[in-house]
Formats: sequence, C-alpha cells, structure tokens
Amino acid sequence: MITLTIRAQPQAPLEAGSITPDNFQSKSADQILNLPVTHGNERTLIGDFFDVDGDGSAEIVLNGDLSRVKNIGAGMTLGSIRINGNVGMHLGAAMHGGEIKVFGSVGDWAGAEMTGGKIHVTGDAGHGLGGAYRGSRHGMNRGLIVVEGSAGNEVGAAMRRGLIVVKQNVGDFAGAFMIAGSIIVFGKMGIRAGAGLLRGSIITFQEPELLPTYRYDCSYNPAFVNLLFQTLRNDGISIPVEHAGGCFRRYSGDFNRLGKGEILVYDQR
Amino acid sequence: MTTFINGVEIEDTFAEAFGMWCGRVIITAADRKWAYEAANKMTGFATSIIACGCEAGIESDLDQTPDGRPGVSILIFAPGKDSLARHMRDRIGQCVLTCPTTACFNGLPGSEQVSIGGQVRFFGDTFQISKIIAGRRYWRIPVMEGEFLIEEKFGLQRAVGGGNILILGSDPQCTLKAAEFAVEAMKRVPGVILPFPGGIVRSGSKVGSRYKFLKASTNDPFCPSLRGVVSSAIPDGVNSVLEIVMDGLDIDAIEQATRQGILAACIPGIRRIAAGNYGGHLGKFKIYLNKVLEGVHFK
Repeated sequence: MITLTIRAQPQAPLEAGSITPDNFQSKSADQILNLPVTHGNERTLIGDFFDVDGDGSAEIVLNGDLSRVKNIGAGMTLGSIRINGNVGMHLGAAMHGGEIKVFGSVGDWAGAEMTGGKIHVTGDAGHGLGGAYRGSRHGMNRGLIVVEGSAGNEVGAAMRRGLIVVKQNVGDFAGAFMIAGSIIVFGKMGIRAGAGLLRGSIITFQEPELLPTYRYDCSYNPAFVNLLFQTLRNDGISIPVEHAGGCFRRYSGDFNRLGKGEILVYDQR
Repeated sequence: MTTFINGVEIEDTFAEAFGMWCGRVIITAADRKWAYEAANKMTGFATSIIACGCEAGIESDLDQTPDGRPGVSILIFAPGKDSLARHMRDRIGQCVLTCPTTACFNGLPGSEQVSIGGQVRFFGDTFQISKIIAGRRYWRIPVMEGEFLIEEKFGLQRAVGGGNILILGSDPQCTLKAAEFAVEAMKRVPGVILPFPGGIVRSGSKVGSRYKFLKASTNDPFCPSLRGVVSSAIPDGVNSVLEIVMDGLDIDAIEQATRQGILAACIPGIRRIAAGNYGGHLGKFKIYLNKVLEGVHFK
C-alpha cells in the first residue's frame, strides 16, 4: 500500500493524472515523489505537495483535502485508490479498471468517459458524473459509479453502457442524450431528465417532471431491476428494502429521437 | 470380492458412464410454485438421450439467486455441444419464456459459453432491450405479461452421463421403497440429477433389439418374468428390479451419488445391488460399486 498525505495545499488547481495504481505499482517512494504534476501552468513534482509512504503497490491511499487536485486515477486500469477527504475534478475520468473509493465528495466530471472499473463516493458529486466531455460522442461506457449523496447536472450524459447510482438528488438533464446503460436515482431529479435519450434506462424513486416527449406504457415489475439491486447488494452497496421488488410505471422516450429508452418511476401506490 | 451391507449383496461390478456436455439453468420466479412450474416443464420428456435427445432434471432449490427471488437449478445433458445448445434454446423458449413471472440465468459462468438468450431474444421482434450488468449481458424481452429476462450466454462443460445402480428385491413393494430411499439420498448430492420419473427406471434397456429398426430394447437379463426364457442375471428370490440412472457434472459427483444410493437402498427385502454396463466397451467411465464404498463403515 502506498499512502500519500497532502502537505501543502496547491494555490492553483493541481493536475495529478500521474496518481494512478498503474504508475505507482512498480515504483519506489523516491520515484513516486519525482513523478510530474502540473500546478497551474508550472511543472512540479508530487513531492512538492505530498508526503509518500510505501512503494511498489497498486493500492493507493490519499489523505487530506484534495479539492484542488484533479485527474486522480484518470485512465487507471487496475488496483485501488482510497481517498480520505474531498477530491477535485475528473476523478477516474476515462478509467478502464480498478476501484476508487472516496470518503468525501468529488468535483465535476468524476468517471467521465470511463470504460470500466468502479467509483464509490460517500459524499456528493459535481456535474457531468459519468458523462461525456463537450464534443465527445460517448460518456461512460461500462463500469459502475455509486454516489451516496447528491450529484449535479448532466449525470450520465451521453453514456453508452454502465450503471450510475445516486442515493439522493440529481440536477438537471440527468441521462441527457444517453445512448444506453442505466441510471438509478433514489432522490429527486431536476428538469429535463432523459432529454434526447436514445436507449437506456433511468430509474427513479420520486415523481419526476417528465418531458412531453415521453409516453406512459404500463405499471409493472421489471425483473432486471431486481437483478440490478441484487448485484449492487453483492457489491456491498446497500439498497433500501422498501425499494426492492416494487412496481414501476414505465414511460418510453425520448420520442424526439429513437424512443427506445425508458424512465421507470417507482409506483408509490 | 463381494461386499454385504445390511445383508444385501453388493455385486462386484461397475456402472458404465459416458462423456456428455452439460449446462446449468437457473430459473427464478415470483414464488417457488412458478419456478417449479417452469422447471418441471423444461425438464419434461428429457429422460434419456435415446429418444429425447437430452437428459434433464432439477438439481436443487435455490435460496440465493441472481435476482434475489426464489429459484430452481436445472442440469441438462446432451452428447454434443451443438445439440445441447439447441435443446437449451428450445426448452427455455417454450417452457420458461412462456411461464408467468420467470427469469432465466446461466448457472455455469466460468465455462465455455454459448449464446442462448442471444437467440431467444429474437422473440422480442426488435423490441428487446440489452442490459450489461456486472459484465454479463442480459436480454429483456417484452411479453404480454410484462417482461422476460434472460442471460445472453450460458456455460457448457464436459460432464458424465449414465451412471446407474440396479436394485434387485424380493418383491415390487420393497424394491420400490428401497429405490425411493436411494433417490432421496442421491438427490442431495450437488451436481447430480436423476432424469427418470421420480428418479427411478423400471424399464432398463439394453443396446439394440431383435427388431432392426430399434436402437434399444428391454434389458431381458434383468426381467424377472423372463428368468426361465433367457440367460438371466437375476438370482433366486428376486422378483423385481429397479434402476436409478444419474447424470453429473463430474465423475466425483457420480461416485458420491452412487455411494449414497447404495447405502440408502440396502433395506430388508433387497437381495442385491448391481449396475448396468456394456462390458466396458462403450463408456468412458467405469464406476466400480465396491470402489465407491471404500472407506465407508457399514455393518
């Protein structure tokens, strides 16, 4: 296990894409201290900001307030990162494998365009969670993101595959232009959820403000929701018992586009 | 060397079993009743590959299932991969897809995979929806009741078919009772099914027939009513013979089931436990009755 503890708070955002298990697993503590990070417009070293303990491991622990540290775990393919504190933007963006657990909140674009692996956030998440960067065709494409708190706008925007679970509320445009995959929101969704959705599923447990381009189909108990919940439980993610095995109202849409997606609304009755 | 258990002779012989391919299907439903409805239909007319093309049976009840609902595990066997995949597709399509509230999952995830749900999905007529959950693809097929969920790929593995024991008793009643005891004991062995009605065969067969068009016919050496007519294998005092045929995921499971079956069947009125074989010339596996009892302490 390699432990990094922040010693000096960066004055400008710190681009720390070099903090990945892939980079660390074969390096000594000295080599890790000398890995590059970008502080504002300056090239600096990890050692300028962090104390490092341990070497040669794909298990990383980060301690301290990392709200200004960006790109941690970006593109990682293996191993694990555990963060004790808040963390900045682009956490695990484009990651391919491995696991990130954050005991705190994360900034915008966490898990953006990821293609595998797992991110678990005990606090809140910013905008663009698992989404697509501006100009990109696809957001998240496989993998799992779980946020115990709330998330911002454009959760899962243009996502292609994978699963995003938000235990509390999400902002506007959740699942906008989603191509496939699943988003589960236990709290309230902002306006225009599923706008431009091609395929894919948005599952929500509070009454949403639906776009007029969605059509009601039926009220039923889709078996795949049970499977999703059971899979999450097997992953150690708690699902409120009252939400298991319930009935959902199915709305098809977005009929502005293909109309092969769906919003499933938990039927409280 | 001949062994005796509770005064029952265990013949020094072996059962001859064959290499087969096996798949495991997990059926879940809203309650156990409907899981069993689907399972019983899917394993119907699947007693012997001789005429049914495959052999299938219910392996066990399941409390822990992929979707958390009550479930049943089924094992299905066929001589080849292609024929097994075809039987699985057809039986799931006709017996599980059609059954209210069911969903269908692969029970052998680590083995060679074939597309089953990937074929059944076409029933959805382009309205089917794909979901990848924890790296495995599932198909949601809209049906009149709501939605049928099936995993895309099912695992197949090499397995063993045709293990057996023969229970030779003094009368039909005690022979049937002994066979029932044996079935109860053998059903508890994981990875084993007994494909015949109630797990018991009353009409064991031999290869071939005096009729040229028939592949298998009655096992006349073990028919009590033919004792005076043919070269009989039935000792004096035996008036009924029942067979228990078993298929298993591996030879260890078959041997364990054979052992449990023999021990349970040795009750008063049973004269001999034997096994069916073809002289060792046909099957890949030989299950020696005395060998499976090694290490077992009995009176």
